[in-house]
Amino acid sequence: MKNGSAIRASKLTKKYGNLVAVNAIDLEVAQGEIFGLLGPNGAGKTTTLSMLSTMLPPTSGKAEVNGFDVAEESGKVRESIGMVFQDPSLDLDLTAIENLDFHGKLYEMPAEERRKRAKEVLELVGLSDKAKVLVKTFSGGMKRRLEIARGLMHTPKVLFLDEPTLGLDPQTRRGIWDYVKKLSETEGLTVIITTHYMEEADSLCGRVAIIDAGKIVALDSPEKLKKKAGSETIQVTSSDNGKLLKLCKKAKCYQANGSVFFQVKDGSREMPRIVLGAQKNGIEIKSIELHGSTLEDVFIRLTGHRMREEELDSKDQANHRMRQWRKSR
Amino acid sequence: MSALRGIITVWQRELLIYSRSKSRIFGSLGIPLFFLIAFGFGLSAVIKVQGTNYFSFIVPGMIGMVLLFQSIFSGLNMISERQFGFMKEIMVAPVSRISIALGKTLGAATTSTLQGLLVLLISIPLGFMPTQPWWMILLAIPVMLLIAMGFAAIGIAFGSVLSDPQGFQFIMNFLVFPIFLFSGAFFALESLPQWLRAVTFFDPLTYGVDAMRGLMLGLNHLAIPVAVVVLIIFDAVVIIIAARLFNKIQ
Repeated sequence: MKNGSAIRASKLTKKYGNLVAVNAIDLEVAQGEIFGLLGPNGAGKTTTLSMLSTMLPPTSGKAEVNGFDVAEESGKVRESIGMVFQDPSLDLDLTAIENLDFHGKLYEMPAEERRKRAKEVLELVGLSDKAKVLVKTFSGGMKRRLEIARGLMHTPKVLFLDEPTLGLDPQTRRGIWDYVKKLSETEGLTVIITTHYMEEADSLCGRVAIIDAGKIVALDSPEKLKKKAGSETIQVTSSDNGKLLKLCKKAKCYQANGSVFFQVKDGSREMPRIVLGAQKNGIEIKSIELHGSTLEDVFIRLTGHRMREEELDSKDQANHRMRQWRKSR
Repeated sequence: MSALRGIITVWQRELLIYSRSKSRIFGSLGIPLFFLIAFGFGLSAVIKVQGTNYFSFIVPGMIGMVLLFQSIFSGLNMISERQFGFMKEIMVAPVSRISIALGKTLGAATTSTLQGLLVLLISIPLGFMPTQPWWMILLAIPVMLLIAMGFAAIGIAFGSVLSDPQGFQFIMNFLVFPIFLFSGAFFALESLPQWLRAVTFFDPLTYGVDAMRGLMLGLNHLAIPVAVVVLIIFDAVVIIIAARLFNKIQ
């Protein structure tokens, strides 16, 4: 392995006709990192993941996973990675242990090792007592955990998680985060995770690449990204946002979604100044809010739009349709 | 991974899934059973084909029908597996595409053959009377497998090309039913007008049904080895096509 890098991509690009889904991404992830790809749906996260996991051939550029080229040594890449897909991919008619056992067979693990490892990974995700239960009786969170266990079955060096907590309730989501953290500690695993939940990237990832429209617009630890944005954000809605924006001098300001955002060090001091300044200039303030900067603020500042809007709904609809379809089977 | 182990793993999975799916096992026996009862019993009194009662005559045809329907649909089931299910898990594993395609074809063919055997077993208490020795009837099993392999591969081929189950209806109406109806499942080939008889020889199921009828009742038109060779050639061609199309899936 070269320089301890788990992932190394340079100018990685995927085009579909005229559409550039992933645009010349450069990326380097060290071993043992939990690395996040954060961005709205359609930003190119899953496409990037698909290329890194050899599921999609890149249009141009190069990528190495565990020192193996994704285009030329796809077999070796596949053996060394675990994958948890965005859509559920378990065999519902099989038990947890049968799902794991098939996975082990696909990865050429001998029977004895399969038995041992299956026990281990089930333990790891807290499903030991459900080993012989049919997966179709599992809750959403349990299925997710089993998929993570399956991804780990063949002891990969890198685990890819594509939107691992999509459609799960907040409590289950936090549970999954705990498991992922535990894994990276106990197994020394590199984890690449895509998400459009800011909170997820914030609490889970050591470093985050913010992706928008196929490009990485920022890459750093969540803390540093937030610091760059200013430690607090004041969100103001007014009668004339354009004029209000012009008043902004020191702070980092931008307009998005019908509001003006001021990213400042000390919000409680800045708020009165903004209100006074607005009054002087005859701008009527309709609402004003102060909150600690989040990755969402960073994203808005960098891209000029919010991360999740209707797209979340459409995703949920898709999930809903899928559940309906599964029921009807 | 060695290609063979990949094939076996995928094949084993198909069998295990099949054994779990009671509705699939018993559900698909409905149509052939009703056909047997309605046509078999209904027409046995008035029709004798080549000196055999009509019920016995159509049993090989019904087995052929189950093989055809089950194989094609197991293959087509891949569409939904591709969209949501297990397919991705296999596709990202270090197993070659060819192994997956062959394992799936073999799996669909094996489960369909088991269904075909069930029809055979059920038809015996209902009055099916094979005239050939038992070992010839056992030889019908590999013939069933040959029939099922080809149609399973056709299902896989369509499953690789179609991205949603919308094309089902079309395949059903313009492929599956004509193959079934023109295979001689219900009638003796020699009773057909010349031109229609020519059509049936383009239907691979014709050879399968004819060989099974030969092995069970001694009522074949073609020499059994000829029918078997035609089936093998048919299988080889469609499996190659299916493997190629499967390889192109992204």
